[in-house]
Amino acid sequence: MPAIGAALDNGKTEEPYWKRVFSGFEKSKAWMAKTKPDVAIVVYNDHASAFSVEMIPTFALGCAAEFPPADEGWGPRPVPVLKGDPQLAAHIAQSVILDEFDLTIVNKMEVDHGLTVPMNLLFGTPKAWPCRVIPLAVNVVMYPPPTGHRCYMLGKAIRKAVESYPEDLKVVIFGTGGLSHQISGPRAGLINSKWDKSFLDNLTKDPKKLTRIPHIDYMREAGAEGIEMVMWLIMRGALDDKVDEVYRFYTVPASNTAVGHIILENRRKAKSKQAAARKATHRIASKG
Amino acid sequence: MARAQHDYDDIPGTFVFDAERSRQGYGINMFCMSLMKEENRKAFKANEAEYLKKFNLTPAQAEAILKRDYNRMLELGGNIYFTAKLGATDGHSFQHLAATMTGASQQDYAAMMLAGGRSVEGNRSKSGKAKTGKSKSKSKRSAKRK
Repeated sequence: MPAIGAALDNGKTEEPYWKRVFSGFEKSKAWMAKTKPDVAIVVYNDHASAFSVEMIPTFALGCAAEFPPADEGWGPRPVPVLKGDPQLAAHIAQSVILDEFDLTIVNKMEVDHGLTVPMNLLFGTPKAWPCRVIPLAVNVVMYPPPTGHRCYMLGKAIRKAVESYPEDLKVVIFGTGGLSHQISGPRAGLINSKWDKSFLDNLTKDPKKLTRIPHIDYMREAGAEGIEMVMWLIMRGALDDKVDEVYRFYTVPASNTAVGHIILENRRKAKSKQAAARKATHRIASKG
Repeated sequence: MARAQHDYDDIPGTFVFDAERSRQGYGINMFCMSLMKEENRKAFKANEAEYLKKFNLTPAQAEAILKRDYNRMLELGGNIYFTAKLGATDGHSFQHLAATMTGASQQDYAAMMLAGGRSVEGNRSKSGKAKTGKSKSKSKRSAKRK
């Protein structure tokens, strides 16, 4: 993903290698432009930018009014500052903590490529982002990350929180992070397309099955860093049990990883007073 | 105290950054974190061994850093997102680093990725106990049905 960011920032998106990756997001950008969300909840992981090893929160909810792009060692990515939605974020925090998810509240946070690259892939490179963003940073760097089941249940709690918010908003939720990939150690370069396809299939059809995958299976089958896929289950938990798969894209490789992307929509139309008319999601695999 | 054994120690070519390694490798990772700042990168480059004294490193950890032995850093508690900052300080791309850890040339590694990456077949287990991973349990079940 840093490689995807670098390709974007250095104007390489038309080169054949990268065009294959970026062209897979054209439909998604069109979908997003049509959907016009008010708020995007972006589930992502920090890569030693906002959080070092000094503090490792399992779930950290960004409640700030804005989130500047982080300097990851090459200067901050040239993307606009992300505007938060502190009021909705505070509402979500209050609701999910009482639902027994002990979130860390973050009122000051820079966001790295883990968040800004998915934003680019879905919204392009605008001068200002067209919607507010609530980042939800999940620890998938230090083992153990939260279980898939825990992530799925947190998604459900977030859904409940959004639906109980008094204002009628259109909210999308992104699950991000890798599909299969390993970027560390002698086994680096691992890709398991079969696993990825099965994961995406079940993300639509049978997410509960995915919630039972133990960590060892993610790491063995999808790579040490492939365990990031648990983050997709937060997104999935926030959607209805039955969803329509609107779009899917999968390609290997983007630098060192697979890239996958899926858009899911709730089937039932949201009632007018409810938030979350349509939760979308999506995910971007990779790191690189 | 010896490192406790875990199921994931059976995965070949993999150093899982768990809570124990996180504790052990705190100095390595905080050293790497310091390289986010230009003045620190300069100070490190000017005298590497001296700069490392600022961090609470074991001799083995300091040696791994000085030798750029990335696998050893991971084994001793370094995490890839942190050690990548050292690679960047040396002016290397991530792919260079990945290739180094696998023992391949960057060219060969890049070719492997273009061809679809490293297969999981034969790379699941050191002990051979998990030869086919998930599909094994499936085939077991189907065998039982028969």
